[in-house]
Amino acid sequence: MKSILIKNGHIIDPSQNLDVQGNLLIEDGKIKGLCQATTTADEVIDATGLIVSPGLIDIHVSLCEPGFEEDETIESGTAAALAGGVTSLGCLPNTSPVVDDRSSAEFILLQAARAANCNVFPLGAATKNNEGKELAEIGQLVAGQAVGFTDADHPIENAEIMRCALEYTRMFDRPILNRPQVPELTDKGQMHEGFHSTVLGLKGIPAAAEEIMVNRDIALAELTQGRIHLMCISTQNSVSQIRRAKQAGIQVTADVTPHHLTLTDQMLETYDPNYKVLPPLRSQEHIDALIEGLKDGTIDAICSDHTPHASEKKTDEILGADFGIIGLETLLPVCIQSLIIPGHLSWSELISKLTRGPAKILGLSKGTLLPEADADLTLINPEIQYILEPAHLKSSSQNTPFLGKELQGRAEIVIVSGEVRYRAEN
Amino acid sequence: MNIDHEYRTDISSGWTRKHILGLQDLTKDELNIILNQAAEFKRLAAIGETKLTPLAGTVVANLFFEPSTRTRISFGLAAKRLSADTVDFTASGSSLSKGESFVDTAKTIEAMGVSYVVVRHKTPGAPQLLAQHLNANILNAGDGTHEHPTQALLDIFTIREHFGKIEGLTVTLVGDILHSRVARSNIWGLKKLGAHVIVCGPTTLMPSELSRLDVEVSHNLDDVIDRTDCLNLLRIQFERQRGHFFPSIREYAHLFGMNKQRISKAKDDVLILAPGPINRGVEITPDVADGPHSVILGQVSNGLIIRMACLYLLHLQRTASLGIPG
Repeated sequence: MKSILIKNGHIIDPSQNLDVQGNLLIEDGKIKGLCQATTTADEVIDATGLIVSPGLIDIHVSLCEPGFEEDETIESGTAAALAGGVTSLGCLPNTSPVVDDRSSAEFILLQAARAANCNVFPLGAATKNNEGKELAEIGQLVAGQAVGFTDADHPIENAEIMRCALEYTRMFDRPILNRPQVPELTDKGQMHEGFHSTVLGLKGIPAAAEEIMVNRDIALAELTQGRIHLMCISTQNSVSQIRRAKQAGIQVTADVTPHHLTLTDQMLETYDPNYKVLPPLRSQEHIDALIEGLKDGTIDAICSDHTPHASEKKTDEILGADFGIIGLETLLPVCIQSLIIPGHLSWSELISKLTRGPAKILGLSKGTLLPEADADLTLINPEIQYILEPAHLKSSSQNTPFLGKELQGRAEIVIVSGEVRYRAEN
Repeated sequence: MNIDHEYRTDISSGWTRKHILGLQDLTKDELNIILNQAAEFKRLAAIGETKLTPLAGTVVANLFFEPSTRTRISFGLAAKRLSADTVDFTASGSSLSKGESFVDTAKTIEAMGVSYVVVRHKTPGAPQLLAQHLNANILNAGDGTHEHPTQALLDIFTIREHFGKIEGLTVTLVGDILHSRVARSNIWGLKKLGAHVIVCGPTTLMPSELSRLDVEVSHNLDDVIDRTDCLNLLRIQFERQRGHFFPSIREYAHLFGMNKQRISKAKDDVLILAPGPINRGVEITPDVADGPHSVILGQVSNGLIIRMACLYLLHLQRTASLGIPG
């Protein structure tokens, strides 16, 4: 396999506290290490003005295949990932059939290999058919290379099942990923419960719907010594509870989406279904708490929660529209807008939340530029400004509130296993 | 006979709005234009001018995606009084059951030459959605639990007719505020016109942060009744009772129902409104509903002229935007 020299880049790798201007050599699909500018290689990439980062990792993405190919396929979803700078992703088992046995996990891997875009790590269902009633064949799924277990957008409602799932997965040292929402409190809810839901006449989802289950999951993680990962944290009290649990040594991790760091419930004033997400967009005080949680390490990772929907599922009246937005291709610019430009995080801190943090949650040997690591890299242009147009999107779906908005920053070049898989078009 | 020309310039001047989607958007001046226009239609009706011609040759589509009898009939009659042709659509048995989208259905009907669309829908924001996708002028006839502007306008018109003003009055909305589009529209309209608004009902039927709308929140009707000039009794929907919002209809009637005993604590000239249809014996006992303080049937009559006023003003905006001389 050929060698690539990345010259004169701003190399940032939080896994080794590296933040230097320099040159990086890749050989045979692996990181060779820092080198002189005069080093010879088969291909030379001029990275002047670019940040050279470990490839970004997004640990919960809906690829919709099999079963919902009208929304996304593994091929289109992984192409969108590459365009967003994501070199590895964990895909949710919210498919039809659900990924709750070995063969379905292997199907995902087969389709990902055929697409040859980014690395795909299947997340297996925690319970059969994501129904929350009986454990899925977790051991078989591990054999099929599932890296974590979750019922995707179905919260694991039954506390006894959650307890068993946390205890059982300890045998395999894999986490349970749960989306904490008490169903009775989210039922028919459309948006955050507060002043704006009152004015708009849309049924609200209180912050407590999340916080009650966060509290339960932390208690069960403490009881079982299992690993709980809380997905899409969105409230002030959730952050406080996770902070206290971490201080107490409980194995809990958490992530947040870029849109929950940027958009508020006020955006629903337009009744645009592209602001309808779960958990719902909250108010500014919740956003402030999430940012504090990122700064002090309470929140480990930022994930897109990429949820594609074909246009007919997202363009009509808001009560009938599905929850969720695509996010792979806006992950980086929205993080820049909400975290870098206001000065909340340094580039090194942000990259850590997009690489090392998610790799640790799923136990992936990714997210580092240490010598002999897989040569997955994202070269980021941090300054470029552009209007997001439909033609930019590689995803099959366009359900994003950021269409037509001015964004800053993008992945310029993306390398997977030592091979340039994506270059941004000018 | 075309008699609209004589009042067009003074009463309706200043109206430029293309749609009436809710009272949140309207200014105090715009609210007064509608109320004054309605008063003019009422004056004309009183002298026997019940069939006017300004909308002759135009088509008003009444799109009701949610069951309604009173509002649908009222809008239909208002359009006919202005000499418009009307088309009626109700969702049951329609192409919606075959999967056609709401917007596509409305666009298809619009393509039949419709200029004005009256829409009722269970989804909040549905009229806004049509306003984005259609060229027609949109009039909201109730969108889910969001707004019901013409119902609030007819309530306000009725109150103004009785007291001669809105400013300085205390109006209490009683009942299920959480699920009431009538309450939301009333709050916006009454506040803009200078009333003090009290919302009164069980804690479970009050949306959060309601007080940020600058209204007084009460859970005890007996505490506020003697300060109230006008009580607007919102209908309790029996299906809510199964939702555990309150323990029983009997308990609701005990705490929030208007009866002879309660009305004796009220001001002598207190006005009782109810958007209807009323549940006799629940929100209101029959003797009060049919008693001297009640203007429930007057509201229904006023609904017709309010809807005429709204359609007429949208027609003025449309003809002005198309450059058609008045």
